[in-house]
This record gives sequence, C-alpha cells and structure tokens, in this order.
Amino acid sequence: MTSFVKPKIRRTNEPLNELGLARADYEGSMSTLCAGCGHDSVTAAIVRAFYELSIPPHRALKISGIGCSSKTTSYFMNDSHGANTVHGRMPSFATGALSANNDLATIGISGDGDSLSIGLGQMAHAMRRNVNMLYMLENNGVYGLTKGQFSASADLGSLPKKGDPNEFSPIDPVAFALSVGATFVARSFSGDRKQLVSLIKAGLKHKGFAMIDVISPCVSFNDHKGSTKSYAHTYEFYSKAVHADYIAPSQEIVAAYDEGEVMPVELHDGGYIQLRKIDADYDPTDRGAAFSRVMASDSANEILTGLLYIDESQPDLHETQNMEALPLNEIPYAELNPGAEALSALQAEFR
Amino acid sequence: MVMKPTDTSNPDYFHKVVDCQWACPAHTPVPNYIRLIAQGRYSDAYMVNRASNVFPGILGRVCDRPCEPACRRTRVEEKPVAICRLKRVAADHRYDIQDRLPKKPAQTNGKKIALIGAGPASFTVANDLAPLGYECTIFEKLDKPGGLMRSNIPAFRLPESVLMEELGYILDMGVELKLGTPVESMSALLKEGYDAVFVGTGAPKGKDLGLPGRQESDDNIHIGIDWLESVAFDHTDKIGEKVLIIGVGNTAMDCCRTSLRLGAKSVKVMARKPRAFFKASEWELEDAEEENVDIIVNHSPKAFVHENGKLTGMLFELMEYDVDAGGKITDQRVVGEEVIPCDDVILAIGQENAFPWIEADAGIEFDKWDVPLVDKTTFESTRKGVFFGGDSAFGPLNIIWAVEHGHQAAISIHNHCRGVPLTDRLPDGIKLSSAKMGMAEWRYSNAFDDSPRRQMQHVELVDRFMKLDTEVELGFSPEQIATEVQRCLNCDVHTVFDPPLCEECDACIDVCPVECLTITPNAETEGELRAALTASDDSVDQDLYVSAPLPLTGRVMIKDENICLHCGLCAERCPTSAWDMKEGVIEIAHAADQRELSEA
Ligand SMILES: Cc1cc2nc3c(=O)[nH]c(=O)nc-3n(C[C@H](O)[C@H](O)[C@H](O)COP(=O)(O)OP(=O)(O)OC[C@H]3O[C@@H](n4cnc5c(N)ncnc54)[C@H](O)[C@@H]3O)c2cc1C
Ligand SMILES: Cc1ncc(C[n+]2csc(CCOP(=O)(O)OP(=O)(O)O)c2C)c(N)n1
Ligand code: SF4
Ligand code: SF4
Ligand code: SF4
Ligand SMILES: [Mg+2]
Repeated sequence: MTSFVKPKIRRTNEPLNELGLARADYEGSMSTLCAGCGHDSVTAAIVRAFYELSIPPHRALKISGIGCSSKTTSYFMNDSHGANTVHGRMPSFATGALSANNDLATIGISGDGDSLSIGLGQMAHAMRRNVNMLYMLENNGVYGLTKGQFSASADLGSLPKKGDPNEFSPIDPVAFALSVGATFVARSFSGDRKQLVSLIKAGLKHKGFAMIDVISPCVSFNDHKGSTKSYAHTYEFYSKAVHADYIAPSQEIVAAYDEGEVMPVELHDGGYIQLRKIDADYDPTDRGAAFSRVMASDSANEILTGLLYIDESQPDLHETQNMEALPLNEIPYAELNPGAEALSALQAEFR
Repeated sequence: MVMKPTDTSNPDYFHKVVDCQWACPAHTPVPNYIRLIAQGRYSDAYMVNRASNVFPGILGRVCDRPCEPACRRTRVEEKPVAICRLKRVAADHRYDIQDRLPKKPAQTNGKKIALIGAGPASFTVANDLAPLGYECTIFEKLDKPGGLMRSNIPAFRLPESVLMEELGYILDMGVELKLGTPVESMSALLKEGYDAVFVGTGAPKGKDLGLPGRQESDDNIHIGIDWLESVAFDHTDKIGEKVLIIGVGNTAMDCCRTSLRLGAKSVKVMARKPRAFFKASEWELEDAEEENVDIIVNHSPKAFVHENGKLTGMLFELMEYDVDAGGKITDQRVVGEEVIPCDDVILAIGQENAFPWIEADAGIEFDKWDVPLVDKTTFESTRKGVFFGGDSAFGPLNIIWAVEHGHQAAISIHNHCRGVPLTDRLPDGIKLSSAKMGMAEWRYSNAFDDSPRRQMQHVELVDRFMKLDTEVELGFSPEQIATEVQRCLNCDVHTVFDPPLCEECDACIDVCPVECLTITPNAETEGELRAALTASDDSVDQDLYVSAPLPLTGRVMIKDENICLHCGLCAERCPTSAWDMKEGVIEIAHAADQRELSEA
C-alpha cells in the first residue's frame, strides 16, 4: 500500500519531556496543506514548543479563523481543546473562552487575510484588551485557501503569480500591534525553526496578548520571482534584532553572552524571558523606539525579526476586569449558580 | 575546512543502507525478492535469490541468516523481518523454473576444472563455470553429494528432496560428479592436466575430548559430526536412553534433536558457560528447547565415569563466573562437582581442517594450525591454479559463506584460465531509478505496517519423532506471507537528495516520523554535525549523509542513515522533488559478468 500518512513510531532512545511524552505525542492529524507550505513548519515549531514546555495537551486551547493557516489547528495536539471559528472572528471566541478559563495555555492561529482584512477589528481589540493568549499570524501575503488573491500584507509592487502588481499599501502587523498597545510583539520566519520555537515558548509564557507575525511562504501562490513573501526573498532580506529565550523558574539565567548584551525580563510565573540583543542599539522595551525602527526597516526592505517589543507590566483582560481567577468549571455549582432568588436580589439592586 | 558532501556515487554508500543485503555474504537483494513475493511472483523471487545464493530452497530452511540480526526493522521493534523464511516461501511456491536456468553449453571451452568435495562451495563454483563452457568434475569421497548439508544437517531440518533438487539443477548444466572417489593425493591429481583445481573439502575433523576415562568408555562416546553422518547414512539407528551432549553450538543442537528421534528419553546439553556466551543461534536453541531438551549451564566436563568398561556418567565441575557491565567474563572459579549419569555422550565441541592427502611438497603452504594460506580476495593458495573455498579455506563457517567463496573462486578460475590477472575483478555497481508513480503513489508499499513477526508453524511434537526425516517446519501460510512481506521496510528504495532543488521549506524535516533529517550550517567534523541532528543514534555503523551547500542559505542537509525507515514521506512532502525515492539495484559481478571486463 502507498501512503502519505505519517506513522506513529517510537524510536528506541526517543527523548521524553517532563511529562514522559515524546514530541510525536504533540502532533495532530496529517496535514492536507500543499507540500512545502510554510504553515506546516510553523505547526512543527508549535509542536516542539509545547513539547519542550511540557504543557499537558489537555491544558491547552487552540483556536483559529478561516484559511489554510487556520486549518492547521488540526495538525497539532490532537488531545487539546480547540475550535475552528468564523472568518476573522477567532479573537472574540478567545476572549470568551479565556474569560471562562484563564488557566489554559491558549494559542490562536490566523493568517494575514483572516487577521488583516475581515478580522482586523477583532484582532485590534483583543490586543488593546491584552487578552492572555499567543496569536500566530501566519503571513504569506495572499489568501492561500481561496487561490492566491493579494492580502493586506502584500507589499506595494509585489508581483502575483499571474496579473498586475499589488497597488495598495501594506499593513505591517508588527507596526499595527505596537500602535494598538499589544504587550508582546515579535516577528519570525517559518524557515528559522530555532528562533520561532523560542519565540513561541516566550509568547506562551507571557501574561497578556502576544503576537508573532510569522513569514510563512505559500508555495503554491506566492513563492515565485517578484514576490516579497517567497522563501528566496525572505532568506535574502531576513535580519535578526533580538533573540528571546524562555528561562523556567528552575533554570539559571546567563549573565553575559559574547554575541551581545543580555537582558532578563521577569515573568509572572517566576521565570524569565532572556533577551539577547543582536542589534546592540535596539531597545525592545521602548515602544516608541521599536516603532520607528520597525518603520525604518520596512522602508529599507529589511525583514526585522525577533522579539521586537515586550512589556510585562500590563494587567491582562482578566485582571483589569477583576474576573474570577478560578476557571468557571472548577467553581462549585452552588456557588456558580446561586439560584433564582439570588438573581432576583441582584436585579433588585439595579432597579 | 568544512565537511565535504557525501559521495553517494560509490555503490557501497547505498548498499550499506540495505543492512540485510550488506550483511549477507553473497549480498542477496532481500527487499527486492520480498517485494516480488508480495506481488505473488514466487518464481521471479526464487530466481533473484538463486543469482546470489544458488540454493534458495536449502538456505530458506537452514541458512545461518546473518541478515536477520542486521535487519533495519530492529531499529523500531524487537524482531527482524523473517527474511530466511520468506526465502523458503519463494522456493516452496515457485513454478518449475528449469527452463530459466543456464543450459549445458553445446560446446565446451576445453578447460578442465577439478573440484574436490561435493559441498556447497564446489557446487557453486560449478554453477558459475559450467555455463561458460568449463568442463567441471566434482570428486566426492562419500556416496552421496551435498557435503555437510547431506551428511550432517538432519533431514528433519533439510529434506533430502529439497537438497537433491537444487544440486540437480547444477549437475544438469553438464557437471560431472564422481561419487565414492576420494582424492588421496594432491600431487597425483595435479599431474592429471587440470587447468585449475578447487579444494572444497570442508573442515571434516571433529574435535575429541581427552579426559580421564575416554579410552575405557569409547563405545559410548561419539564425535558429533561423525555420529550425525553415520545416522544420515543409516549406519546408526539407536542411542541410549540418557544422552549428554557436550558443547552448545549448532552441531550440539542437531545432535540433541537427532538423539530424541533415535529413542533417547532424556537429553541434556551441557554448557561450560552461561547462556549469553552460547555459540548456537537463538532460534536453534528455541527449537531444541521446544523438544524438551534440557540446556544445563556452568558445567565444565572433568572425566568420563565408567564401570566394567561401560560408560555410566560424566563428572562435571560446577563453574561460577564474574561478568562485567560490558558482558565480559572477568573471573571464574570452581564451586563444586557433580556426576550426571548417562548412557551415551556426544562431543560437539568444534571442527578442524585436515588435509592428510595434500603432500608437503605439493607447493601448498599451511600455517602452524594446518590451515592453508589462502588469499582473502582471490581464494588462490600459494600454488598457482589451486584454489580453496568454503570451510576448507579459513575453517568452519556456514553454507552462505561457502557459496560466496565459491562465487569468488569461480571468478578467479575464470581469469586464471584466460590469463587475466586474478585481481582484475569487476567492481560492484548500482542502478537507481525513481519509485515515484504520481501524487502519493509509489511503486513500493511505503506504508508502515506495525504487525509483529509471524511465528513459523511446527509439526506437533508427537508426530515429529515418529520418523527421522519428518520436516519440523511447515512453511508460512498465505496469511502469514501476506503480513510478513509488509513488515519489510524496503530499505533498497533510497532517499536520494538533489541539493540545488531544495528551497529549505523544512517540510521533509517535519514530516519524517523518525526525525532523521536536519538542515544546519556545515561544520568541520562529523562529530559536530552529528551533534546538530534532531535525532541520532550512532550505535550502529551507518553513514551520516552531508549534502552540498543549499542554494538559499549555504547550509547543508544532513541525514542519519541509521534510523531512516524508507517511508518516502520526505519525498512525498517535498515541493520541488529535491528528495526522491529511488530503487537501487546493487550490481554484483559473478564469473559470467566478468567476461565483459576482459572483452572491454
Ligand atoms: C552439524 C552441523 C550443522 C550445520 N548446520 C548448518 C546450518 O544449519 N546452516 C549453515 O549455513 N551451515 C551449517 N553447518 C555448516 C555447513 O554445513 C558448512 O559450513 C558447509 O557445508 C561447508 O561447505 P563446504 O562446501 O566448504 O564443505 P562441506 O559441506 O564440508 O563438504 C565437503 C565435502 O568434501 C568431501 N571431501 C572431504 N575430503 C575429500 C577428499 N579428499 N576427496 C573427496 N571428497 C572429500 C566431504 O565428504 C564433503 O562431502 C553445519 C555444520 C554442521 C557440522
Ligand atoms: C465570511 C467569509 N468571507 C470570505 C471567505 C473566503 N475566504 C476563505 S479563506 C480566505 C482568506 C484566507 O487568507 P489567510 O487568512 O491569509 O489564510 P491563508 O490561506 O493565506 O493561510 C477567504 C477570504 C470566508 N470563508 N468567509
Ligand atoms: S495554498 Fe498556499 S497557504 Fe494554502 S496550503 Fe498551499 S502553500 Fe500553503
Ligand atoms: S524516508 Fe524520508 S521521511 Fe521516511 S524515515 Fe527516511 S528520511 Fe524520514
Ligand atoms: S521538503 Fe524539499 S525543498 Fe523543502 S527542505 Fe526538504 S528537500 Fe528542501
Ligand atoms: Mg495568507
């Protein structure tokens, strides 16, 4: 029989994480995306990050909108909670889900079409409310699922596979996120597994809204000459500003590093995000400076990557709204539902 | 300096990846014949086997199977593919293939070859040379051909009809067989004008055990290989009720099982050391234990006990060993003694070469252990035109090695007779062809089947002891065949990489179920690159593949060949076909192919 399905095989000596799970235990169903799609690499990075963080799959929530990118929630962590929602509406679903249970490691998967066109408003409000989730924006410059129309992230003058060059100015998700108050803003590339895994781990551990804009080439509709989202273009113009490593509470932080200055940012769980500046002049804690640097790199054709901005001091939505810390499903039923009389009493207060 | 790209044009590179074929002395293309069996092409599978190992029916039953411990399947589960038993399947289910065998040539080439001993080594030489026109004459001291395959390997493991049929194929090529004709003088034979002489007389001398009481109880002490021969030729048809076998190699296993068939009620195999140090193959031990043979460890023979000139038992020292973490014995001591009563003792403690019929002045040199000095490539002795092969060359080995020696000696004899230097031998080659048929379609079964190894069915214990020659193994059922063939991973369908096509999308790396691919900056040493592998297992001697620099970043693709399962998913998911799965046919030259070399 010929088959394209990845078999589940455990190698002799296969490494296991703290939970005794192998990396393959974090995989999902076989991808049905085009062979070579950047989104599959992002999925593999997500699998590795969750595996390395030893997050129990049943304590994770994965949600998405619509698009090839949004389909990928099926391709990792078969044992976690999840939903494919409506086009561009994943942030609302996430806001609701996290209001009910702020304890889940939450990852939202979206595309440049899903996020920057139909879902732009949704994404903006989730950012400014600092919803406690990691938001992956798998950016290929096109609507892959609907056969390659330009999306709002396509660069001016970028050539489509067929037809006329793009004539609208692009939305840079990083600049956009900085401007609406996101507290963790990063960019990466599906082809840089190492950087991407570190960023995903840091983003999952950040309290509040973390966005990673991942350049993730569409091999079928946007990987040709003249495209500014192809593998070749990205490898050529790719540059790294700040590297971020998640350091668990039990681990030690490194004091100095020969490649540049090291800067620890303390997290709520007692761990750290250790920032390693590759570009010595860059300050990832200064929103204004980050914004102007990102804008400058955009006009210089440079694809600036790494953890570009972090602010660990802001309260997340749950905290601002003074919501119950305990997940709703852990609150005893009698307390959760005090009955009709209690409701009447409450309503009376507002009469 | 960074690591150079791996040279995959050397046929050994991909050959080594096919662990079973590489481990087989005759390099039988195992996955190839298993695929033919899967397609129901038993005769083709038989012929593919025969080209390499000459005796598929025989070897499918009794081969020492060095291929199985090497099988790549053991990287992901305990048990290898039943390679040997599938060989028997090809033999059992083939049609009459005689019209596909080389015929006796209409004319000979006038060259005469003397082959001494009618074992597998001589028969292989004849098989390779007779079709080329050589006049081959086999001299055999016994009245029946086959060597130890006939005289020692019991018929309940290898039926006479199976043996005779495959020897018959070779005799039909016009080979002359002189039975009951021992060669008693090498010098005399050399004067008879043969163009070449091949010595395939085996290692016929069984070792004795000179302990106290040996002489006095001689009637009931037997040398294993001589005793098996006298059973095979109906000179011996009974043995005492209580039998001790000394030694725990494969000969011991045949002696104990044969004893049971001649009326022994209690048979004990006595071993000096613990089980981990036994010479017998695990499957032969299992087969003996299934027949209720006791295997007793840590008993070192000290004396034969006898009364009134009759053997009554044997005295053993009880041994204790210290074994280190690496499994080596570091110390040993005697902790007691024990007499075990018995009626007969069979000694199965090894064989030696013996050439009383080769005169000292025949120009053939021997070392101090009386082993002839034989070239490891050409198999020529110190006398030009005299070749050795099989057990006679380097001491006792097994049938498949005898076959391989025969192939190599045949090449040498062919060169010798044409005046071509013996070292002018065609090198191995490889032919690669893509296995891709279309999207998600391959011309091999790439799906991983996790079925465990099929268990060979045996004749019931009560039935198998009634007759000496009842074959114990029944062969595989159709259901067993269908499952067992799917266990093969098709290791001869190779992952072949074309670096300029790669656009570093990582799809192959992510899909690989065993994580054996990595893209990484090149490094100066293999060690550094191995450290960069996602998954690596350097416990087995397999190469690390290093590609040429990739076009976009200059990094390299590396692959640990040791753990690949040949599932083809890397090639399936590669958008540019930088990875392809290609079936590799290793071309191994035999004497007939050698002809081309001289004419070219
Ligand atoms: C008990 C036992 C069980 C074995 N089981 C297996 C097994 O299961 N699988 C396996 O692969 N191997 C097995 N072997 C080993 C295998 O049988 C031999 O390695 C193989 O037969 C060697 O082949 P050969 O051609 O070198 O010589 P042999 O098979 O030994 O044949 C040599 C022939 O030369 C003849 N001869 C000797 N001297 C002269 C002379 N002067 N003139 C004329 N003829 C002469 C002998 O009579 C004999 O017929 C076993 C061996 C023994 C002893
Ligand atoms: C409400 C609605 N409008 C339009 C569509 C059609 N549609 C499906 S996917 C898609 C764009 C997806 O683009 P993106 O998010 O970039 O995903 P990609 O396929 O590129 O990963 C659109 C417009 C839809 N499914 N639903
Ligand atoms: S169309 Fe593009 S985005 Fe969609 S799966 Fe194919 S390569 Fe990926
Ligand atoms: S064939 Fe390819 S995908 Fe399959 S195990 Fe080998 S390298 Fe991995
Ligand atoms: S799938 Fe093909 S193109 Fe992609 S990294 Fe692997 S070999 Fe290169
Ligand atoms: Mg898109």
